[in-house]
Amino acid sequence: MGKKLLLKYDDVPGICDYDVYRKNGGYASVEKAVKTMTPETVTEEVKKSGLRGRGGAGFPTGMKWSFLAKPPGVERYLVCNADESEPGTFKDRYLMERIPHLLIEGMITSSFALGANTSYIYIRGEYYYIVHILEKAIEEAYAHGWLGKNIAGSEYSHDIYVHVGAGAYICGEETALLESLEGKRGNPRIKPPFPAVAGLYGCPTVVNNVETIAAVVPIINDGGDEYAKIGIGKSTGTKLISASGHINKPGVYEIELGVPVEEFIYSEEYCGGISGGKKLKAVVAGGSSVPILPADLILKTANGEPRLMTYESLGDGGFETGTMLGSGGFIVMDETTSIVKNLWNFTRFYHHESCGQCSPCREGTGWMEKVLHRLLEGHGKKSDIDLLWDIQSKIEGKTICPLGEAAAWPVASAIRHFRKEFEEMVESGEGVMVH
Amino acid sequence: MQNGTQIKFSDASLALIQRMIKRYPEGKHKSALIPILHIAQAEFDGWLSVEVMDYVASVLNIQPVEVYEVASFYSMFNLKPIGKCHIEVCRTSSCWLRGAEEIINHLENKLQIKVGETTPDGMFTLKSVECLGSCGTAPLMQVGPDYYENLTFEKTDALLQRFRSEGKRKTYLDKPEPRTA
Repeated sequence: MGKKLLLKYDDVPGICDYDVYRKNGGYASVEKAVKTMTPETVTEEVKKSGLRGRGGAGFPTGMKWSFLAKPPGVERYLVCNADESEPGTFKDRYLMERIPHLLIEGMITSSFALGANTSYIYIRGEYYYIVHILEKAIEEAYAHGWLGKNIAGSEYSHDIYVHVGAGAYICGEETALLESLEGKRGNPRIKPPFPAVAGLYGCPTVVNNVETIAAVVPIINDGGDEYAKIGIGKSTGTKLISASGHINKPGVYEIELGVPVEEFIYSEEYCGGISGGKKLKAVVAGGSSVPILPADLILKTANGEPRLMTYESLGDGGFETGTMLGSGGFIVMDETTSIVKNLWNFTRFYHHESCGQCSPCREGTGWMEKVLHRLLEGHGKKSDIDLLWDIQSKIEGKTICPLGEAAAWPVASAIRHFRKEFEEMVESGEGVMVH
Repeated sequence: MQNGTQIKFSDASLALIQRMIKRYPEGKHKSALIPILHIAQAEFDGWLSVEVMDYVASVLNIQPVEVYEVASFYSMFNLKPIGKCHIEVCRTSSCWLRGAEEIINHLENKLQIKVGETTPDGMFTLKSVECLGSCGTAPLMQVGPDYYENLTFEKTDALLQRFRSEGKRKTYLDKPEPRTA
């Protein structure tokens, strides 16, 4: 049984409520930070922990914090990215719904480190029911002196507000999120300037994922060094994995980074194996945007080493034979799955969610969807496979934000590893049902 | 409401809007636009007409075009009338792997409408939407604030029957049902 930091008290009845949360050590990190530490020492612990952004990019959190500009007299903001929209990912929802105070506590401790007196939780509109849960937790935190003026008798004051979105994948991209928070369309901004210099309302801003902010709580409570003892190499600590698809036990699992992929899929502690006793065909390991890998390459690297659930091991071999940990959205596909149809499903998603600013993404995602649809209807040509490859290669790296890559990588990896399946579909001339 | 009668928020909504505006720094009241559009949609029959958007612009003291461009960007805002019960079924990969397509077909047959259409009695609108973040409890549909997960045909039928007998409009701002999942 792996160590749990975020879901440690998940099974405790009533952990959603303040009293139970507090009885189980809740808000200790705030007390410790504002009474015994400085913003610099809190940041130092986060750096020592090796914590990396849990939203998908995996950028070191402490370093991101240290980039925050601090011009005197200018407001700074922490914005929590709770826009969770990456297909296959539902861990933040789980965390916010079940242990909302962990996020609120992490927000206060993190904001103290950043010198931010106001923070916002930007939550996707579809999660409206969680807004009520978070607002109740915030109300309780105010009532017990963890928010508002002079927190825990210190000089530090902080306010948190929940801000609801209205359905747009792109708002998970941090600059699109800031645009949306300012009451505009979610069009990503050109960088630089980065949000750390000019973010919300032009002020220095840090945008962190829900899970990242929650992880600050155990890091401050136990120390960054303790956190860094968990995991392997530069993949420290624990990670929430959202497991879905053809498995016996879909759900959110907190793993110590370093668990072998094979164990994660087949052990009873996690996914419990493939449903119906079928064979594993492929896995999308880190949310829809990361390259899909066939069974042999997800279980073992090209060198024959067991593949581990770490940033490095999943990335081993680059995109030729590897993938990414991403958001930890782990989608499992059994032997009956049509890779071409799943790819069409993903590509339709990216076409639907493109903000439309950059023509390679706006037009290219639509073209890819159409070509894939043609293949599925049984009207494809062999040259369509090369055409798809050509289009994705002209999107990658040519857009303002990473939605371009996110749309291109699934196409490239599906062709790279499953080209035969595309060819067979063309040769048979038989379509499959398309909805 | 939308047929020439005066469009005006209830006093409770106006008070809520004033509180919302205060969440943002002075002069940054436009930040409240999306939350206010949610309130407007809930209060004015589940959709945003041009008249409603113009009214929101006047309440927030911004240009109407600033409202139109936002309302048309986000998928949760409806720019034409919808049924009382807006059924949104997730169609993205993890849900597809676990039978979302079959649920959508089943709903089309039961309601005798296609995705994107509304039943003639104005009770149901069916929509297929992108990932709702419930991949571990797929397939699912969202109606108002509530997620109905691990759907089967039987469960779906029972829900349709319940919604029909309740007969009331559901919005994202409704009090969520107690969750069991």
